[in-house]
Amino acid sequence: MLNYVIKRIAIAIPTLLILIVISFVLMHAAPGGPFNSEKPLPPQVLANIEAKYGLDQPLWKQMVNYVVGLVTEFDMGPSFKYKDRSVNEIIAQGFPITITYGVLSFIVAVTVGVSLGAIAAIRQNTWIDYLAVGISIGAQVLPNFVMAPLLVLTFTLWLGWLPGGGWNGGQWQYLIMPVIALSTSYMASIARITRSSMLEVLNTNYIRTATAKGLPAKTIFFRHALKPAMLPVISYLGPAFVGMITGSVVIDMYFSTGGMGQFFVNSALTRDYSVMMGITILIGLLTIMFNLVVDLLYAWIDPKIRY
Amino acid sequence: MSLLEVRDLNVKFNTPDGEVHAVKNMNFSMEEGETLAIVGESGSGKSQAVFAMIGLLARNGYASGSVMFEGTEILNLHGPALNKIRAAKISMIFQDPMTSLNPYMRVSDQMAEVLVHHKGMSKSAAIAESVKMLDAVKIPEAKSRITMYPHEFSGGMRQRVMIAMSLLCQPKLLIADEPTTALDVTVQAQIMQLLDDIQKDFGTAIILITHDLGVVAGSTHDTLVMYGGQVMEDAPTDELFAHPTHPYTRGLLSAVPRLDQDNETLNTIPGSPPNMMNMPKGCPFYGRCEYRLDVCVDTLPPLTEIPGHAGHFRACNVPVEDIK
Repeated sequence: MLNYVIKRIAIAIPTLLILIVISFVLMHAAPGGPFNSEKPLPPQVLANIEAKYGLDQPLWKQMVNYVVGLVTEFDMGPSFKYKDRSVNEIIAQGFPITITYGVLSFIVAVTVGVSLGAIAAIRQNTWIDYLAVGISIGAQVLPNFVMAPLLVLTFTLWLGWLPGGGWNGGQWQYLIMPVIALSTSYMASIARITRSSMLEVLNTNYIRTATAKGLPAKTIFFRHALKPAMLPVISYLGPAFVGMITGSVVIDMYFSTGGMGQFFVNSALTRDYSVMMGITILIGLLTIMFNLVVDLLYAWIDPKIRY
Repeated sequence: MSLLEVRDLNVKFNTPDGEVHAVKNMNFSMEEGETLAIVGESGSGKSQAVFAMIGLLARNGYASGSVMFEGTEILNLHGPALNKIRAAKISMIFQDPMTSLNPYMRVSDQMAEVLVHHKGMSKSAAIAESVKMLDAVKIPEAKSRITMYPHEFSGGMRQRVMIAMSLLCQPKLLIADEPTTALDVTVQAQIMQLLDDIQKDFGTAIILITHDLGVVAGSTHDTLVMYGGQVMEDAPTDELFAHPTHPYTRGLLSAVPRLDQDNETLNTIPGSPPNMMNMPKGCPFYGRCEYRLDVCVDTLPPLTEIPGHAGHFRACNVPVEDIK
């Protein structure tokens, strides 16, 4: 098991390198650069600035310098757009906000989704089932960028209960709407997956055996059915978690949270290469880590999987 | 008082295509420590009949009639009342040992929970008791193997685990639903031997559901032959093999391959079982029967005892003398 974890972490290094190379090339392949603006700078000035940031060097050299800086000093370089701020500082400021929304949404999506799906499966073909399925289909067709304005319209403009945006140190009123907007569609997917896998498990022979053993329905559900029914859900959690971290880009923009998302979108628009790279690498790293966690969870549940 | 007394048991299923009458007016009784075989081909209703007794019918199934166990009605019980009987008084082992144990739980947990739930034992006492039971069903090194997962056991060993698990509370009745069908022949013999031994050691009554008459011959007291959801013949097993009086039973017996005869081809009963959705009005075997009479189209007589053969019942219009 430990060997497996070490191997997976070792594989993460070349994966990240490939991610860096591809992002670097794609980023520079896009037309324009950080210092192009509507009012062009005099060529000599532009050349000086580019030299200062090392943009005059060949691409491979820039890439090597970047990787060396990253590995040796954990330095992601200065922002090209925000004067006097390094990428490390920008991430340090935005990441805690983004991860708060991401983790809260993840918790909400998993707990509500699993409960909804499980209840629907246990009460299959009753009104409870139809209601749960209805809610999850409704939630599925509402992406976060539709959800967000609808929430603001209702709870801020009409009812005046919740603030329409901002972070304010993570006070709970400021968290509610972004978390709902971010988690809803994932919650719906998790509910659907849980329902169908739970139905499948409840029809297996080993659940029949458990029933024939005279165990109460509650014991059968929690001891015998829940773990196997969670396997498909867990394999969905990897992409879902990453989706919620990256999905918070939209939420960060819409609710002006000050999270990483705003910087990420702006960096793409203004060709702020170093910020874009930094956030890309961070999300890549999270993806790799979370997929590892998912695989380990899998092995914990299914005794047939041993690494 | 009989251990089990089944009267007019009917099992029906509501399906999108209409009602399926899986078991029709089934009657039988059995005494403590007896073995009863229920024989019939796939779809004859033999499994559904016993599923109905311990409330394991699918959601669209319902049962009517009466099943008295030790003098109390157990048919259509629900919730805790039903769960008190399951495993504690009547336990069950299933056809497919590969899928009947929970693959995500250790054998120790699956066995111990039966004793913890029914007897209120502590977990460690329950595991100690489970190890003893695994020893009794001859699983080698039970003490260390009990902590394994089901996939670490072979098919035959898993069926032994199932049997051990079903005996934990020393039930009065063990229902074995085709316990050897999914196993290879040598293992089949071992499992049948084990069931025999258990009966002797524990005095458990056994209902053995099977389509293999070879299995029935050596090891059961009484045999019910079912076809199309109905009991065709009910007799002490020795009597049934010596004087099969129902055309279907005779067909089944002649289809058993025998080593002492050297015919090249296997005997079969021509035709196939009737569609349960659209059962014929009279005898369900009419279409395949070589003795059929005109009266058989519309009527199937009730099970009647054959004069001079105590305990031998048959449901057939053809006189016993004519069946040769």
